[in-house]
Amino acid sequence: MKQKIAVQVDDLTVAYNYKPVLWDIDLEIPEGVLMAIVGPNGAGKSTLIKSILGILKPIAGSISVYGKPYEKQRSLVAYVPQKGSVDWDFPTTALDVVMMGTYGSLGWIKRPGQKEKKAALEALEKVGMLPFKNRQISQLSGGQQQRIFLARALVQDASIYFMDEPFQGVDASTEIAIINILKALRKAGKTVIVVHHDLQTVPEYFDWVTFLNVKKIATGPVKDIFNDDNLTKTYGINYKVSIQE
Amino acid sequence: MTISEYFSLIFSDYTLRTITLGTAVLGAVTGMLGSFAVLRKQSLLGDAISHAALPGIALAFLITGAKDSNMLLLGALVSGLIGTFWIRGIIKKTHLKSDTALGLILSLFFGFGMLLLTFIQKQPNANQAGLDKYLFGQAATLVESDVWLMTIVTAICLFVLLLFWKEFKMLLFDADYTKTLGFNTKLIDVLITSFIVLAIVLGLQTVGVVLMSAMLLAPAAAARQWTNSLSVMVFLAALFGAFSGVFGTAISASQNNLSTGPVIVIVAGVFVLISFVFSPSRGLLFKQIRFIKNRRDLELHKTLAFMFHIAETHDNISHPHAIKILNNFQGYTKNTLQKLVDKNYVTIVGDHWSLTEQGFKTASNLYNQQNENNE
Repeated sequence: MKQKIAVQVDDLTVAYNYKPVLWDIDLEIPEGVLMAIVGPNGAGKSTLIKSILGILKPIAGSISVYGKPYEKQRSLVAYVPQKGSVDWDFPTTALDVVMMGTYGSLGWIKRPGQKEKKAALEALEKVGMLPFKNRQISQLSGGQQQRIFLARALVQDASIYFMDEPFQGVDASTEIAIINILKALRKAGKTVIVVHHDLQTVPEYFDWVTFLNVKKIATGPVKDIFNDDNLTKTYGINYKVSIQE
Repeated sequence: MTISEYFSLIFSDYTLRTITLGTAVLGAVTGMLGSFAVLRKQSLLGDAISHAALPGIALAFLITGAKDSNMLLLGALVSGLIGTFWIRGIIKKTHLKSDTALGLILSLFFGFGMLLLTFIQKQPNANQAGLDKYLFGQAATLVESDVWLMTIVTAICLFVLLLFWKEFKMLLFDADYTKTLGFNTKLIDVLITSFIVLAIVLGLQTVGVVLMSAMLLAPAAAARQWTNSLSVMVFLAALFGAFSGVFGTAISASQNNLSTGPVIVIVAGVFVLISFVFSPSRGLLFKQIRFIKNRRDLELHKTLAFMFHIAETHDNISHPHAIKILNNFQGYTKNTLQKLVDKNYVTIVGDHWSLTEQGFKTASNLYNQQNENNE
C-alpha cells in the first residue's frame, strides 16, 4: 500500500544573498513518519522548514500539504521554533504563551475564551508544565521553556508538526519527555519533522531521516539509509557513527 | 509662579488647563506606544523618527510661509515616515546593521533640518520666530485644537490597540510563529510603526525633536520594572508618561518658561531611576537585600548542618557538646549560634550546646529542601 504524502517540496531553492542556502530540493514526506532532518551547521536545516512554513521567501519552488498549496492548509501545520529565537524576558506567563497556539483558529480580533483556555491547560498538562502555568516565562529553565513551546504547538491540534532543534540545551528528563510526546503524536497518525543535531540518537528516536547539506543527499527510512555512506556524503569527512545493533 | 500655584491654577486658568491636559494626553499615548517600541527592541527607531521630522517642519514652513502648527506637523509626519521607510530600506537592501541605518538617517535628516532652520532665520519674514521651539519643545504654545488632535489620535490608538491586542502581543513575542498561523505580520507591523510615528510627531511641539524619544522609552522602561504582564506594563507606562508630562510642564511653566522637553525628560528619568532601584522584583535594592538574606540563611543552614553531623553520631540527639568544637567550622560566629537559639533549633546550657528535636528535624530536611529549591 502506498503511503499518503503529507508534505511535498518541489524544486525549492533559497538564497539569503548570492549564495544559495538550499539548492533544488525535492522532498516527499509520507504521512505518519517521525522524521529527523540532519546535516552539518549551515546545511540549511532550519531554512528548509522556515521556507516550507512560508517564513522565508524562496527564490523558486513550491510546497504542498496533502496535495494543496501550503497557504490553504495552514491549519494542518504547527511549528515549534528554536527556543533561542525569542526573548524570554517578554512580560507574559507560560499559560499566555501556550494560548497563542489557539490564535490561528480564532483569526483576527476574536479573543480567546474558556474553550481556548481549557485546551491550553490540557496541553500544559501533557508536557508536565501545569504547575508552572502562571510562572513568568523568564523564570523557567531552558527545558521548561522548550516544553512550553511544544505545548503551544500541541494546542494547534495539527496533523503535521515542524520542530526546530527541540532537544537543544534541554536536560535529560525534558529530552525523554519530549521524545515520548513525539512518539505519541506519531502513534496518533501525525507527521512530525524535527531538525536534529545528535546523530547518536537518530536510530533510537526516529523512523525516517533526511540528509541535507544545501542539496538533499538522501531521504527515507532510518533502517535503510542511515549509514556511513550517507553520513560521509553529508558531513564531508569520513563520518562514522556506531549504530547499536 | 511656584509649582503649587501652578497646580491650584489648573482648574481656573484656561491656558494652564489646556497645556496640562495636552502634556498628560501626550505622555499617556507615547508611554503606551513606547512599551511596544521597547519590547520590539526598536528603542532607537523613535529617536531616528523624531530627528527625521525636523526637515519636514522647516519645509512645511517654507512652502506655506505660515506657522500653522497643523501644517508643520503634517510636514513632520511626511518626513518622519520617509525617514522610517529609508531606514527599513537600508536594513533590507544592504548589509548594514540597524544601528548604522538608524544613526545615518537620524543625523542626515537632522542635519538637513538644521540647515533649513538657519536658512529660514536669515529670511526677512517676521513669522519665522519660534520655529526653533521645535528643537526642545515649548508646551506653552499648545492651544485647544492641538489638545483635541492629541486626544483624538490617542483615542483611535487605544481603540486599535484593544482591537488587535492579541495580534500585537503575539507579534511582539514571536513574529515568525505569528506568520505561520496565517496572520499578515507586515500589516500588524505597519500599524504599530505608524502609530509610533504619529505619536512622536504629535509630541514635537511639546517635547521637541531632540528629546522626543525619551518620552517613548523612559515610561516604558520604568513600567517594565514593576510588572510581568504586558497589559499592566502598557497601562503603567501610560500613567508614568502622563505624570512626567504634567510635572515636567508644571516645573517648566513655573520656572520662567524653561524649554519643556528637557524638564519632562528629567522628570521621566526620575521615574526610571526610582523604578530601577525600588521595584520589588527587579529593582537593585531588593535584589541586593534578597542576596544578603540568602547568604545569611545559607550560613545559618551550614552551621546547623555541621551541628547535625555531630549530633547524628549520638543515640540521644540532644546530647550536649562543647561550643568550642564549633570554632573549627568556618561559617560559625556567636551571632549565628544566637540565631539558631532564637529559632529554637538549639539550646545552650553553660558552654555546651545541644540540638532540639525541631532543630534535628529541620537539619535532616535541609538537604532535601535545598534540592527542591533548585528545581
